Amino acid sequence: MERNKIGNGRLESVAAAPLIDLQNITKSYDNLKVLKNINLSINNGEFLTLLGPSGCGKTTTLRLIAGFETPDSGKIIINGHNVVGLPPHKRSVNTVFQSYALFPHMTVFNNVAFGLKMSKVPGPEINDRVMEALKMVKLAPYASRKPVQLSGGQQQRVAVARAVVNKPLVLLLDEPLSALDAKLRFEMQEELKQLQQKLKITFVLVTHDQEEALSISDRVVVMNEGVIQQIGSPRNVYEEPANLFTAQFVGDINIFDAQVVDIQDGVVIADVEGYRCAVDNKRPMSMGETFKLLLRPEDMRVEKLSEEPDTVGLLVGNVEIKTYKGATLDSVIVLENGKRVMASEFFDEEDEDFDYHIDEKVSIGWVKGWEVILPDERE
Amino acid sequence: MNESKIFRRITIGIIAFWLIVFVFFPNILVFAVSFLTRDEAHLIAFRITLENYLRIADPIYLRALANSFVMALVTTVCCIIIAFPFSYILSRIKSKNKNILLLLIVIPFWTSALIRTYAIKTILTTNGIINAFLLKTGVISEPLNMLYTGGAVIVGLVYTLLPFMILPLYAALEKVDIRLIEAAHDLGAGKRQTFIRIIIPLSSPGIIAGSMLVFLPALGLFYIPDILGGSKTLLLGNLIKNQFMDARNWPFGSAVSVTLTALMALLLLANYRTIKSASQKGII
Repeated sequence: MERNKIGNGRLESVAAAPLIDLQNITKSYDNLKVLKNINLSINNGEFLTLLGPSGCGKTTTLRLIAGFETPDSGKIIINGHNVVGLPPHKRSVNTVFQSYALFPHMTVFNNVAFGLKMSKVPGPEINDRVMEALKMVKLAPYASRKPVQLSGGQQQRVAVARAVVNKPLVLLLDEPLSALDAKLRFEMQEELKQLQQKLKITFVLVTHDQEEALSISDRVVVMNEGVIQQIGSPRNVYEEPANLFTAQFVGDINIFDAQVVDIQDGVVIADVEGYRCAVDNKRPMSMGETFKLLLRPEDMRVEKLSEEPDTVGLLVGNVEIKTYKGATLDSVIVLENGKRVMASEFFDEEDEDFDYHIDEKVSIGWVKGWEVILPDERE
Repeated sequence: MNESKIFRRITIGIIAFWLIVFVFFPNILVFAVSFLTRDEAHLIAFRITLENYLRIADPIYLRALANSFVMALVTTVCCIIIAFPFSYILSRIKSKNKNILLLLIVIPFWTSALIRTYAIKTILTTNGIINAFLLKTGVISEPLNMLYTGGAVIVGLVYTLLPFMILPLYAALEKVDIRLIEAAHDLGAGKRQTFIRIIIPLSSPGIIAGSMLVFLPALGLFYIPDILGGSKTLLLGNLIKNQFMDARNWPFGSAVSVTLTALMALLLLANYRTIKSASQKGII
């Protein structure tokens, strides 16, 4: 019997389909390819972040979804419809702009009411919805002010209220927090996250701030030079970087050159910057194979060398810089071959030997199994 | 005293001298003469009177005032309608062509406005090129009577004053942030709504400034109505000119002139107030 009857089959496929689907998107400006075959599915209700350095194509991707740009090729499916060619005002997405782009000649109330007026919502309903949105961003008392009379943080909230009041399918946020100072930025990250969970609207945020991306999103899309490098949960992207770019862009990381020198009972022994170390091979490796060994600074374990060194699995170097960071002690250790290693350790007040001094000889190990192994690629 | 200080004093001195001798002093003279009496033999007799101002209340002159305002208003509206799309496109062009287009607006200024007005006359006249073209193509069978009409005066005024509308409008439109236009589109506004609700309000300082620069000269320009309008409708500028040059009634000409200046001053004051409140509203 045919199980996929047309009616049922279509219903199911719509329910399971992503809210936004970018298919084979390419985009060039003046012969410069800014997006190279982007494929990305955005699920309903998720908080997705496009993360990458400036010029990686993240903002262009956002503008394509909003309708300000047209792709050279590819499809943009929003809620089951290909919207390529559809102008921005006919798409049920709203944007929070980097510069907020509040209308300077309108009050806060009229700014927020603008979208509702455009979609011809009846007056009393406009009033209710605008005030509700302003309450949500804690700006109800400011309804009759002009944008110039508000602080940067308040303007940002008006921009958010102006967008979400329209109940869009997707809210696009283009580096919305980059103009705010660090403390305010942190607060707004928290507020945006809560707002998203409360409204259950899909948020797509663009940022170059990897900390912001990690703390705020359900999924992170790491981009570089118009190519998606990795898509995953913040934890996945941080702990299991798919390539050297992601590893380096998301957080600090030590990258060691390594080569397999011995395999004993399935344990791979590698030469890591001149030291013999056992590495946790998650995939089969062969003798003589070169690879990159990646370790986060906080996964490093630094010990004074006086406690007789283990022959396998430790690097040896001299402390070059140590920085007291309050919660952690960060240090840079120079290996004998000149390679610099970053380490970041939490203070252990019980341990009297914890602190070391500049130029002291130390051994560096790591928490076994936390290393990331990537194939050797040219940087 | 160093060189730059000397230079500054000299330049300011020259400008101050110029303004005092050629602007301030003549205006004082005109103001003073407007209170004196006409004298056949000596032009002016030193008898102080308000008669010249009372005479303006004569329906003939009030009609001239009304005609002038209507002409100036129509000219201003025409200038806005023509200048707006031009300025808007100009403000959105990114390439170097922008400077060329701006230059093209300014180039006609290199020719005397009087000569350009005579040129319009040759275009509009009964055997001018417009009539010749329309007759040849068979659109009309008899030449149109375009010269010496109110329309011809409007054409001349609009042609002469258009740059004064384009330039401030362009300056205002260029300041309108493209991101605000994008934001309006994003919030569901189509082109028309964006134009009405965002672009016009945000460029209103330019519209007002341009309107001032067009409206005020349009009130006083006398040679364009003279050349293109014949002498069918009396306008303020022509009235003043006639009183000075033809009727040789300097006191009355002065009174009309002072009245016109006072009206313009009032308009400028109103303009200043509007701009001030606009800047408080955060538009500028």
